[in-house]
Amino acid sequence: MIKSNWGFPRPFLSIFLVLLWLFLTNSFTWAQLLLGLFLGWLLPLVAHPFMPDQPHVRHPLLMLRYLLVFLADILSSNWVVARLLLGKPERLRPAFIHYPVELDNDYAITLLASTISLTPGTVSAHYDANTKQLLIHALHFEGEEAEMISQIKQRYENVLLEIFQC
Amino acid sequence: MIEWLIMFLLLSSAFFMLLAALGILRLPDLPTRMHASTKAGALGAILVMTSAALFFAESVVVTKAVAVILFILITAPIAAHAIGRAGYFVGVPLWEGSVKDELKSSYDPETHRLISGMETAEELDIYRKNLDIKPKVKLKRKKRRI
Amino acid sequence: MSFVVYLTFILMSLALVIVFVRLVKGPTLPDRVVALELIASIMVGMIGVHAIHTETSSFIDVAIVMALTAFLAAIGFARFLERGGPRHD
Repeated sequence: MIKSNWGFPRPFLSIFLVLLWLFLTNSFTWAQLLLGLFLGWLLPLVAHPFMPDQPHVRHPLLMLRYLLVFLADILSSNWVVARLLLGKPERLRPAFIHYPVELDNDYAITLLASTISLTPGTVSAHYDANTKQLLIHALHFEGEEAEMISQIKQRYENVLLEIFQC
Repeated sequence: MIEWLIMFLLLSSAFFMLLAALGILRLPDLPTRMHASTKAGALGAILVMTSAALFFAESVVVTKAVAVILFILITAPIAAHAIGRAGYFVGVPLWEGSVKDELKSSYDPETHRLISGMETAEELDIYRKNLDIKPKVKLKRKKRRI
Repeated sequence: MSFVVYLTFILMSLALVIVFVRLVKGPTLPDRVVALELIASIMVGMIGVHAIHTETSSFIDVAIVMALTAFLAAIGFARFLERGGPRHD
């Protein structure tokens, strides 16, 4: 539950905000530092009740690798979509696919859904928390559904599982 | 050297934005159009911000550009997700070439609701009652029209 | 450099015109919302190019605000289409 002490509910967020403030004002004076510290104290305190429980990042290095793979996949996904677009749209075979999610943290699921949306030929469209299934729309779907699911699982979800829950 | 890189980034971002525009014009139905707008549109904006960061090369501008990039990376998929779902609520016709339409099973045409598993018990009761009622709004599959 | 900037402007304007065709044609409201969202992201790009063109870094702030309002507008439209009401998902 929400603790209502007047301290720092999220120390990392506070440090990040102070650094962000100093970078944005681009001048290191004591007044700016004080103002930054004040904002770094106030903003997490106000915003804390609206944020659900954040998972623990166990492997920061793995997270960095995930980010790099993700950026590379954004580029490659754009090539894939570009080729599909410039070809004949009549030949596309779009489809909705159910994807069973193993993660059980809201942040991690959001991260997975966003990753799916920005990577080759797939967009996440709906999440069903009862059956824990993510609905994915594929731009061009050929071959087996199971193959596609295992591909996503290997490339993203297993890494996320390792990062957040091991 | 840096100047060439900036030029390359600018031109490729313009290319991707043009691609997104073409995609949104040519593709047959709402979900496929979302593919073009999320991926290519986001990448275009990201590339422009990268080139701006390289061009000015000041800590302030770099911070702001990185903030814009992160913001776009976070919001683009979420906005697409929301619009895609809302489009299904309204009953936007899917293209006849679509292979599968698995959202149908959890969509309730009577109340225009998708079951997402976060409902309260009362809402689920109402949903179960309405299961027998024949849908009034039909999802029609229209022919391609551009 | 300035030639490339002008070329970028031309290509982006062309993209805006093409998206505008979709915005007018439509057939449904969600299609138009997607088109509006893409217009907003093209505008963010154009503002960035304008910042480079005029060498004024303050325009990046405008791009931030543009991206923010576009996101809010998209979410607002989505809620409107889902017939409003408090939801928790």
